[in-house]
Amino acid sequence: MEYTTTILTGFVALYIFMLAAFTGFEIIGRVPAILHTPLMSGSNFIHGIVVVGALWALLNASSLPQQIIGFVGVLLGAGNAAGGYVVTERMLQMFKPSSKTTKE
Amino acid sequence: MNTALLIDSSYFIAAFLFIYGLKRMSSPLTARSGIVVAGWGMVLAVLASFLYTLDVNEAAKPHLNTNIVLALLALALGLGWAWRSGKKVAMTEMPQMVALYNGMGGGAAAAIAAIELIGYKTHGTVSLSLAVLGGLIGAMALSGSLIAWAKLDGRINGTLRFSALQLVNGSLLLVLFAIGAYIIWQGGAVEWPLFALFFALALLYGVMMTMPIGGADMPVVISLYNAFTGLAVGFEGYVLNNPALMIAGMVVGSAGSLLTLLMAKAMNRSVANVLFSNFGAASEDDDADIAGSQKPIDAADAGINMRYASKVIIAPGYGLAVAQAQHKLFELVKLLQDAGVEVKFAIHPVAGRMPGHMNVLLAEAGVPYDIIFDMEDINDEFKEADVAIVIGANDTVNPAARTNKSSPIYGMPVLNVDMAKQVYVVKRGQGKGYSGVENALFYADNTQMVYGDAQKVMVAMIQAIKSLAGGH
Repeated sequence: MEYTTTILTGFVALYIFMLAAFTGFEIIGRVPAILHTPLMSGSNFIHGIVVVGALWALLNASSLPQQIIGFVGVLLGAGNAAGGYVVTERMLQMFKPSSKTTKE
Repeated sequence: MNTALLIDSSYFIAAFLFIYGLKRMSSPLTARSGIVVAGWGMVLAVLASFLYTLDVNEAAKPHLNTNIVLALLALALGLGWAWRSGKKVAMTEMPQMVALYNGMGGGAAAAIAAIELIGYKTHGTVSLSLAVLGGLIGAMALSGSLIAWAKLDGRINGTLRFSALQLVNGSLLLVLFAIGAYIIWQGGAVEWPLFALFFALALLYGVMMTMPIGGADMPVVISLYNAFTGLAVGFEGYVLNNPALMIAGMVVGSAGSLLTLLMAKAMNRSVANVLFSNFGAASEDDDADIAGSQKPIDAADAGINMRYASKVIIAPGYGLAVAQAQHKLFELVKLLQDAGVEVKFAIHPVAGRMPGHMNVLLAEAGVPYDIIFDMEDINDEFKEADVAIVIGANDTVNPAARTNKSSPIYGMPVLNVDMAKQVYVVKRGQGKGYSGVENALFYADNTQMVYGDAQKVMVAMIQAIKSLAGGH
């Protein structure tokens, strides 16, 4: 059977938004303050997924203005994703306990 | 192989990896692997997106080759620039870098909205509303984050404030809503100049909203824009029928909102208060009621006194990082520990430029995280400490926040360093803190000031202690 993309509209979309919102809330709610900065940076990286949407928009562009805006969109989105990743990774790799042994 | 199925399953896996990665990032033990996991999700999602080339709109088919070249070029440029700048940036400048990358994400979301709108590709009231709203929020986050970046980076000094500012901003927002509503009411069928006006005003609004906010409040603002960008991405995800964008965007939107609230709470202010009050504007007049004088002490003497203390608590601030003294400080800490002194770090929630920023800066110097304590865990211990040493911090240790109701920072939780038997304050000169408020601590009877560059002071203390140990 031929697979076709599910169209996410109406209440299905609303359910996705609601559950995603709760997920984000729960994940951050229990985080120690020591990780707030890396986490802000980490979540900043995750919305870099916008580059994927920008790619779709650029690939489907059919006029010069659309191509220009799409180019800028992909450029910015890629910067968001790559920059967010690098700075988060650099921050997180510095967290070490006193002794080498990990503890709970 | 069915392309749509392949794309959809890639996005599903990517969404899972994002949430799992974020979850791992929420504990210091697994945080490092968390970002790597999320990173693979991103790589997968981007690669899968190139499958779109197999199935583009009729109208876009003649342009496909150009579009692919443009896409690869934009990806390479954006990735290359951000990778280089991210590797290069100093840890002290991390907050403004996060602001910059965040603004770029907002701009990308706004770009998606713009293409959808000027191409008349969006149909249906819900899609159209979310496209317009996402575009508005994204454009606002772009210009607002750029201003936040410029302010923290010292490219814009001072703040723009005039009495009618809130009125102007309010009217601007109303106009934006009116244009947005009109676009939706017309089913998106309006001429492009109106779209251009809409986005231009949204950008202007971001600037106007951020300009009046002082540097000390910027972290809260950056966190807020981070949440905004998340929302914008989520909304554009709906417009593009892309679940990965919807989920990632909304997770960040809610996580970022909560983070913003936590930060504002740490400063004892509401988010509305940060955004709409003129903090620090009226602090000039209540300096007079502080009694006493500032008493200087030599760095070497202070170092030797710490060597013979049994418990020392260090309260570091952004000034420590500006002087690049973290490494020397850790050297001093190790010397003290070797001499049997109990040393702890006390971190104010907004020490540094963002909550947790100081932890990052100390971690960079190699300070293990189990001698670093959050304010609420250590504040009761100051009265048992022989020495509390404040390095490059000011507002976060000002006891006036507890006692002086007329102080602009009254009510903000502060480190109780003044309760230690002896307080040393390492400071460049006699200036005020970031908020512009005079600090009563510096005039207290048990406080002595060690004037000088934090790094040079640390070196002097280390030498003094070493010369003791090395015999006479």
